[in-house]
Amino acid sequence: MATQHSRSAARLMMAPAVILLLGWMLVPLTMTLYFSFKKYLPMRGDSLERGLDWVGFENYSRFLNSSSFWPSVQATLLIVGGVLVITVVLGVLLAILLDQPIWGQGIVRILIIAPFFVMPTVSALVWKNMFMDPVNGMFAHLWRFFGAEPVSWLSDASVQSIIMIVSWQWLPFATLILLTAIQSLDSEQIEAAEMDGASVLSRFFYIVLPHLSRAITIVILIQTIFLLSIFAEIFVTTGGAFGTRTLTYLIFQRVVDSQNIGLGSAGGVYAIILANIVAIFLMRIVGKNLDR
Amino acid sequence: MGSIVLEKVKKSFGDVTVIPPLDLQIDDGEFVVFVGPSGCGKSTLLRLIAGLEDVSGGTIRIDGRDATEIPPARRGLAMVFQSYALYPHMSVRKNIAFPLRMAKLDQAEIDRRVGAAADILNLTAYLDRRPGQLSGGQRQRVAIGRAIVREPAAFLFDEPLSNLDAALRVGMRLEISELHKRLATTMIYVTHDQVEAMTMADKIVVLQAGVIEQVGSPLELYQRPRNVFVAGFIGSPRMNLIEGAEARKHDAAAIGIRPEHLEISQTEGLWKGTVGVSEHLGSDTFFHVQTNASAQPLTARASGELALGYGSEVYLTPRPEHLHRFDENGLRIA
Repeated sequence: MATQHSRSAARLMMAPAVILLLGWMLVPLTMTLYFSFKKYLPMRGDSLERGLDWVGFENYSRFLNSSSFWPSVQATLLIVGGVLVITVVLGVLLAILLDQPIWGQGIVRILIIAPFFVMPTVSALVWKNMFMDPVNGMFAHLWRFFGAEPVSWLSDASVQSIIMIVSWQWLPFATLILLTAIQSLDSEQIEAAEMDGASVLSRFFYIVLPHLSRAITIVILIQTIFLLSIFAEIFVTTGGAFGTRTLTYLIFQRVVDSQNIGLGSAGGVYAIILANIVAIFLMRIVGKNLDR
Repeated sequence: MGSIVLEKVKKSFGDVTVIPPLDLQIDDGEFVVFVGPSGCGKSTLLRLIAGLEDVSGGTIRIDGRDATEIPPARRGLAMVFQSYALYPHMSVRKNIAFPLRMAKLDQAEIDRRVGAAADILNLTAYLDRRPGQLSGGQRQRVAIGRAIVREPAAFLFDEPLSNLDAALRVGMRLEISELHKRLATTMIYVTHDQVEAMTMADKIVVLQAGVIEQVGSPLELYQRPRNVFVAGFIGSPRMNLIEGAEARKHDAAAIGIRPEHLEISQTEGLWKGTVGVSEHLGSDTFFHVQTNASAQPLTARASGELALGYGSEVYLTPRPEHLHRFDENGLRIA
């Protein structure tokens, strides 16, 4: 039948795109898996032309048993979790605020999005040098103004500082998505709740928050994907010191600093597994919201 | 228990006055319908009574108590919205129970009242569904249920049937009238549909541009419209309005005659004309007849048996006792 023909024709025509995308994804993945089972130390003379030694799971066990592995997983989860909490909570509040009719609403909204356009490296440098510098930073001046001892943010409160910088970058994204969601809330529902005797807080918890649950789900899912791989912020601020070495950063150090490609690839595979575990958990928790 | 009095109530948005000072008395247990063309301020008036909009001047008394500054929740009124405004993430049971939970009633009392409301509205089988899984009529009933459980002094309906299809609308119209008879609570109902107004109301308030044109029982409005606007608005099909020479014969600026008060004859009569479009409803037939009496074709009602072809000649004669006369200001001449 015609439908059968057109269906196979459609498959044929989609094939190049599918193959390209699949190759794009599969080739690096296969290479990572391949290297993770090899001893590959370019500085010690290992190279693809001369052939690499098969080492089995040695890279995996070395990566896992290194003293920096578990702290790095912990740092990753801490930073991702912290940024998610801050961006979602503040995002909801900001969205409600921006939904109010105010003078110059359009300009305020554009200003709110601005941090999202600043490159991570740049924003991290700005934060590091202009705000968090213990001698010349804005915070240091503020602290001294109130007679307090300036905090050396990036060494004494390093994880918090990273969370703050990354939250600042991602808050606009969360706000924007939540704002569009809040604007789609039927105003009659709020009025009905008002007539039903719901206080402002009850209206927020019973009507607004449930209405936002789907948008919050989307914000959490998308942000998690990107936050698991944050790198530039750590690279330009602490360089992975003071407990801010995330899994991504640890892999970078293994490959670039230690010039051990095999070990780094094994770490990469662990990162894939961690990302999938987190994704499954998130899907379970928030997936229920998407079903509705 | 549920009398509402508006005294010099006024509403303006910025420089635009939507409702100039207006007085209205609604007695306990009455079914009052606000009717008027879209944009006439009827919904705004309802929202002023509900407290969802602040008045720009005047006082609203509910049960003799000044309620002008009282927040909506404490006025003891319940409202059914045009979009129903059900909470989509809550089951029907939770939707209906919401006002009671907000009032912090104990669970046994909540269950009792929700059960009773579901019983009245035939919703018992649907209590655990979500609004999204219900049909339009059922959603409408849930919205009414949410209003009933509060046992309010008065119900406010804001065009509640406009989202339903024609058949369902007739059914819900009956149900709401039935409910009013059973609960004997004051109801204020806003609609642009004069059929709904005529069939349901004890008292109709006809509004135009925020001004009350006439208040009265449906038949009063139908038989003795106070002015040209009410005459043209109430009744379907519309009253025939004739200006010019024919009106001057009756010492009026305009005369009005309802379609059922025009006699049709093929042999003799006052006004000669030709039949245009005829609308057959089965029981009745409406003929649009172009006569020499007015530029506009006149509508005449005849029994369903009468068949007149397009272009055939007829004579129309108004029954003099049913002729409405209006002066140059559009007001009725008694």
